[in-house]
Amino acid sequence: MIRGVVRYLDERSGGAPFLRKALRYVFPDHWSFLLGEVALYAFVVLVGTGIYLTLFFDPSTAPTYYHGRYQPLRGLEMTHAYRSVVDISFKVKAGLLIRQTHHWAADVFVVAIVLHLLRIFFTGAFRKPRDLTYYLGLSMLGLALLEGYLGYSLADDLLSGMGLAIGYSVLMSVPIVGANLAELIWGAPFPGTPAFWSRMYVAHVFLFPILIGTLLAAHLALVAARHHTQFRGRRKTERKVVGVPTFPGQAPRSLGLMCAVAAVLFLLGGLVQINPIWLWGPYHVASGTNGAQPDWYLGWLIGALRLVPSFDVTIGHYTLVPNPFWGGALFPTVVFGFLFAFPWLERRFTGDHAFHNLLDRPRDAPWRTAIGAAAFTWVALIFLAGSADRVFVTFFVSYGWQIWFYRVAIWVVPALVLVLTRRVCVELLGSERVARERKLAEEEARRAAELEPVA
Amino acid sequence: MRALGRWLVAGIVLLLGRGRRPARVDRGERIVPPGPPSPGAELVVLALFGATAACALAFIVVYAVESIPHQTQFLGLSLGLAFAFLAAALVVVGNRLVVTEELEEGYPPPAHPSEQESLEQLVAESGDRMTRKRLLLLGGGAAGAALGAALVAPALSLGPAFEIAPFFRTPWRRGVRLVDDRGRPLRADEILEETFYTAYPEGADREQLGAPLVVVRLQPAELHLPAGRDGWAPDGIVAYSKICTHAACAVALYRKPTFPDVEPRPALVCPCHYSTFDPARGGKVLFGPAGRPLPQLPLEVRSGGELRAGGNFSGPVGPSWWGVRNRGAR
Repeated sequence: MIRGVVRYLDERSGGAPFLRKALRYVFPDHWSFLLGEVALYAFVVLVGTGIYLTLFFDPSTAPTYYHGRYQPLRGLEMTHAYRSVVDISFKVKAGLLIRQTHHWAADVFVVAIVLHLLRIFFTGAFRKPRDLTYYLGLSMLGLALLEGYLGYSLADDLLSGMGLAIGYSVLMSVPIVGANLAELIWGAPFPGTPAFWSRMYVAHVFLFPILIGTLLAAHLALVAARHHTQFRGRRKTERKVVGVPTFPGQAPRSLGLMCAVAAVLFLLGGLVQINPIWLWGPYHVASGTNGAQPDWYLGWLIGALRLVPSFDVTIGHYTLVPNPFWGGALFPTVVFGFLFAFPWLERRFTGDHAFHNLLDRPRDAPWRTAIGAAAFTWVALIFLAGSADRVFVTFFVSYGWQIWFYRVAIWVVPALVLVLTRRVCVELLGSERVARERKLAEEEARRAAELEPVA
Repeated sequence: MRALGRWLVAGIVLLLGRGRRPARVDRGERIVPPGPPSPGAELVVLALFGATAACALAFIVVYAVESIPHQTQFLGLSLGLAFAFLAAALVVVGNRLVVTEELEEGYPPPAHPSEQESLEQLVAESGDRMTRKRLLLLGGGAAGAALGAALVAPALSLGPAFEIAPFFRTPWRRGVRLVDDRGRPLRADEILEETFYTAYPEGADREQLGAPLVVVRLQPAELHLPAGRDGWAPDGIVAYSKICTHAACAVALYRKPTFPDVEPRPALVCPCHYSTFDPARGGKVLFGPAGRPLPQLPLEVRSGGELRAGGNFSGPVGPSWWGVRNRGAR
């Protein structure tokens, strides 16, 4: 049986030598190497559930009235887009399960990418020869954020409308060309032409998934071409990678991980409610709700938009920089710019142009770890600022005071984190050096004692 | 019945591996190192496969039987558990049934200098016959750029990229009646203090940023409207655009004042980023990120007590852009 299949494939593709090598490709073992795989498998679930949803979703803003099973919405005017999502939730069998699983998978996808990114950053895995792999990964993160935003915007419920209004305003606020870009994309001033919905739809179900899939393939091809990194250890050197082969060792483990990811996502999708759009109602330009929060991965942007004090930069009558630009456009640009520039910056300042197959522990590169921790703290605090309204509702801490606290803290705390983290790394390295030297000295003393003639 | 019993026994025998075929002939050197058999683990894997199949079948049953309550929950539970059991089975296979080898492999060489050189040579020699390489490259580049621009140009059909007038347009004109969400005209004597009303222009499209208003009544003595807005607030009734000048969300909260001890003044608040506007002072920004005051609409009370617009807004409606301060609302 095996021989037959192998012969059939090899005689037609000539792929036996390649496959033989691929099956014995070596995977170094460390739990943190699974994070990227979790993202990959969440993407698989996203594509699968997404295809199912396209079979029922109607990307049209034409008005209609709801006459379905869900009593509170009956008789309300809404778009076909919103109604079809309500129908997916209540009328299509298993529709709600697939919809919620899709939403959860999107959230988990971005979590996994971000954790994977942190692992790559703090272990120095982005260094030559893997900087290109790192850039591809960052691009996928950016695309994933946009893709998620498009996804929850398509449902045309109240929250998606509010999110789109904010996205439109951020684009409008881009200096010089903002209004022109917004008009081009929306086709008219907000809420735009009906064609805008087909544009979002084709972007969400076709352009972005294809782009992410292509980058993913290139990302994985580059990983395989350069092989995995590994932590320093017995027999593990810059020249030799040690680990479990694809087959038979790694394959069942990795497939098991895929099933585990699918299990968690379907359990979440079935048992934990997410984005109950029937409670939000359809969006109208004049509607808004308190306590509106986006999906977690856009929390850093809502925090940034809320923290900026009231001002537009103007020259006479000309409005150079409208307010949403700072938090909504400049802030993410700075964060992604920092992440993209970091490999180059590190090479520039350390003069390290060498190849690296062995990973650093965070302490091995005190400056990198300190800068990364400070940058992370900066983004995390701004992310937290986005929840100040919920903190006010839950703990009665004045919203205004919280915002003023964050306006100061986002600059002070990262500076402290920078200094502290560097200190901790240096101390850890120092104590290791002391322990090493002591061990050496003790050995030397023992040897000296053995050599000394007994008196 | 007896046949069934025989099949069952045969199945169990098969399961327990009593009928294992003799091991294949050794073909010399092994690739995967040998390991001892682990019938216990095989049994566990089989049990987990069985559980997977049971859960998958349960999913189909729940899917098919409409009368089951909490269908979404049971569908998720059965499918999730099916995957969980399969994951567990695969983990047992990986850890107990296949050999976990630790292989060593050399990292690929960092670079291939001779290959690089021959690539460079190949490209260089291919261009040997060309005498004006620079010029040709320049020409090719220009052709490519022009063609690229031509291919991108139709993207301008997406929208009117250079028409800025629509951003200033609103449906409000002098005399337009204010109606509520059911289209009923709003009357001045219906507008109470400490609450707020959403109003629309009669007969106009409501799904445009220039349409919705928020209307509140204040004590006339509290009002300190900017100069030039005398008579915009009959009986202390003021109307503002409901669209926040920060990020175009609806200004859906009215602090009336809700917390008189700490926040004594009434305020209109946008729930997206908490831009806070002062309805008594022409929509001035009190707190939050908005960079412009909320545009105010002059009001008139005609005979019969109906509220009507006294003109257009005090400024352009909605989020700011480069031209927002160039002219007023049209």
